[in-house]
Amino acid sequence: MTMEKIVLPDIENLHQLDVYLKNGGYSAAQKAFSLTSDEIIDQVKKSGLRGRGGAAFSAGIKWSFMPKSNDKPKYLCINGDESEPGSFKDRQVFEFNPHQLIEGTIISCFAIGAKVSYVYIRGEYHKWIKLFQKALDDAYANNFVGEGMKQKFGTDFSCDIYIHKGAGAYICGEETSLMNSIEGKRGYPRIKPPFPAQSGLWGNPTTINNVETITNIPPIINKGWEWFASIGEPKHPGTILFGISGHVNKPGVYELPSGTLLTELIFNYAGGVPGNKKVKCVIPGGSSMPPLRGDQIEGIKMDAESLKIAGSAIGTGGVIVMDEDTDLVKVLARIAKFYYHESCGQCTPCREGTGWMLKLLNRIVRGEGSKKDVDLLISVANNIDGNTVCALGEAAAWPVKFMIQRFRDEFDARVKDEIMIPVLNKVHSMRKTANPLSPVQN
Amino acid sequence: MEFKFTTENIEKVNKEISKYPTKLPAVMGILYIAQEQNGWISMEVIKEISNILEVTEEEVFGVVTFYTMYHQKPMGKYHIQVCTNVSCMLRGGYEIWNSMKDKIGIGNLGVTEDQKFSLEEVECMGSCGTAPMLAINEDYYENLDKEKALQIIESLK
Ligand SMILES: Cc1cc2nc3c(=O)[nH]c(=O)nc-3n(C[C@H](O)[C@H](O)[C@H](O)COP(=O)(O)O)c2cc1C
Ligand code: SF4
Ligand code: FES
Repeated sequence: MTMEKIVLPDIENLHQLDVYLKNGGYSAAQKAFSLTSDEIIDQVKKSGLRGRGGAAFSAGIKWSFMPKSNDKPKYLCINGDESEPGSFKDRQVFEFNPHQLIEGTIISCFAIGAKVSYVYIRGEYHKWIKLFQKALDDAYANNFVGEGMKQKFGTDFSCDIYIHKGAGAYICGEETSLMNSIEGKRGYPRIKPPFPAQSGLWGNPTTINNVETITNIPPIINKGWEWFASIGEPKHPGTILFGISGHVNKPGVYELPSGTLLTELIFNYAGGVPGNKKVKCVIPGGSSMPPLRGDQIEGIKMDAESLKIAGSAIGTGGVIVMDEDTDLVKVLARIAKFYYHESCGQCTPCREGTGWMLKLLNRIVRGEGSKKDVDLLISVANNIDGNTVCALGEAAAWPVKFMIQRFRDEFDARVKDEIMIPVLNKVHSMRKTANPLSPVQN
Repeated sequence: MEFKFTTENIEKVNKEISKYPTKLPAVMGILYIAQEQNGWISMEVIKEISNILEVTEEEVFGVVTFYTMYHQKPMGKYHIQVCTNVSCMLRGGYEIWNSMKDKIGIGNLGVTEDQKFSLEEVECMGSCGTAPMLAINEDYYENLDKEKALQIIESLK
């Protein structure tokens, strides 16, 4: 079966402008300028393209939220923060197909009426920022972006694209935090509503889309929405860049139709588990998504709807595989450490809860946990879930909740019914309610 | 010690400012330029940037402290960042981290006395498919094991 690749086609040196042009590059933009913005939005809607940044929201519907009036400037932000553990796909676009992202950005700007687009790239991606900047410079020099595009494409529309370099903060991938970061502020998420389409960058209408989402746009315009909608699972069509890592023989990014079987991805494409060990646990969409039991992955398809039914979510398509020898308690403690480190500290449940979960998990890892601690973990996670400004709260709570729910035996095996903790304050310890979390020095 | 941008860097600073409708958004890019010139973000750097952008020092300082990639003290000539997040951890990230600590003799965010090395345990760097990894200054070194990592450190002059 030949597999169609939309975002990362197997064409050598496609990152070079001349090669991209030889392969039909920038012809979709040319075509787009002969359409109205409503026609483009309609096509993207009908194509069924859903966001690849985590929430899998329809791109066309999101665009249609943008106001039609032109009394305020409009903005498009391309999200290349890519900091969700287990995700490493957008960097492939910057490296191997940057012009398709640029072309997609131009078309998207035209569709929503934005004259400026900021491509937010995580600061650690120095190399990929340089690669993308090179492509952008070439596109400018050849009048595919900027003032010159008016003449090039014979249109009265033009837009500018700038790179905004992040500086090490996972939270800036969250769309409202990302906008604060572009505004040169601390990356605190904003309360929604107002939604970005009403009030985004500098209070103006703004759309935020993931790198991979936008890179899908030129082929949709060129080949038509019917073509795109027929690939993979009808409710979440197209290909997905699956980044698979952890205990597999051939980790990497595989572009496959949505709905590809998880087992196919692990055992066929990624070459199976080293030493033919059993799979204990799989996180299917980056570390924020609920982990699945390895003995229950048979038949699970990799698309938003199927994974929801299976009790998880597609997220960023970053698949982390763990073999039978993996210490899941340690893994969860490490995940908890990440969210504790990355919480922006704005809301109490997230700021305090992530710290509590980490302390509890570390205590269990040290062999000093009690049965009560496991229940307390779930209780803390439940108290974060749904009570925060942004979805980092859920991202921190879900792995804890679902890992424990699905692997309760592993956690119970690591804790004692009751534990004695040496406490300096005698009165405190005699009260029996005392269960101090911080390590106590005596 | 007073901080001033070099003539060449002033040009880069102005280019950053030209990307945005107001001045403040350029702060993140300008901090990088300053860090490259000065090695770290001192209070003098913050003062100069606040002057250029016509914002308060607090606004600049707040940005510096929010983002982990701005250094608030001089770091080593080689700033070594080891990822220990899940995908790296599953493939030996902690072995590399521990061997780095032993080899260089400093802990997280430590700097050696001769200022040659500094060390940082970092979160996922987007190299999970080529894990485990470490980064030295701006460059990624991927598909490592303990031996390879030690070799890389030994080759640094
Ligand atoms: C804590 C957090 C981190 C996120 N990080 C990213 C990211 O790195 N890249 C990304 O595209 N979306 C990220 N998102 C999702 C964005 O908020 C947003 O939904 C997405 O960029 C929209 O683009 P899409 O509709 O094309 O997927 C993150 C969300 C949260 C809550
Ligand atoms: S949920 Fe966490 S990361 Fe999000 S705004 Fe609240 S404190 Fe910040
Ligand atoms: S977990 Fe180390 S690079 Fe992603």
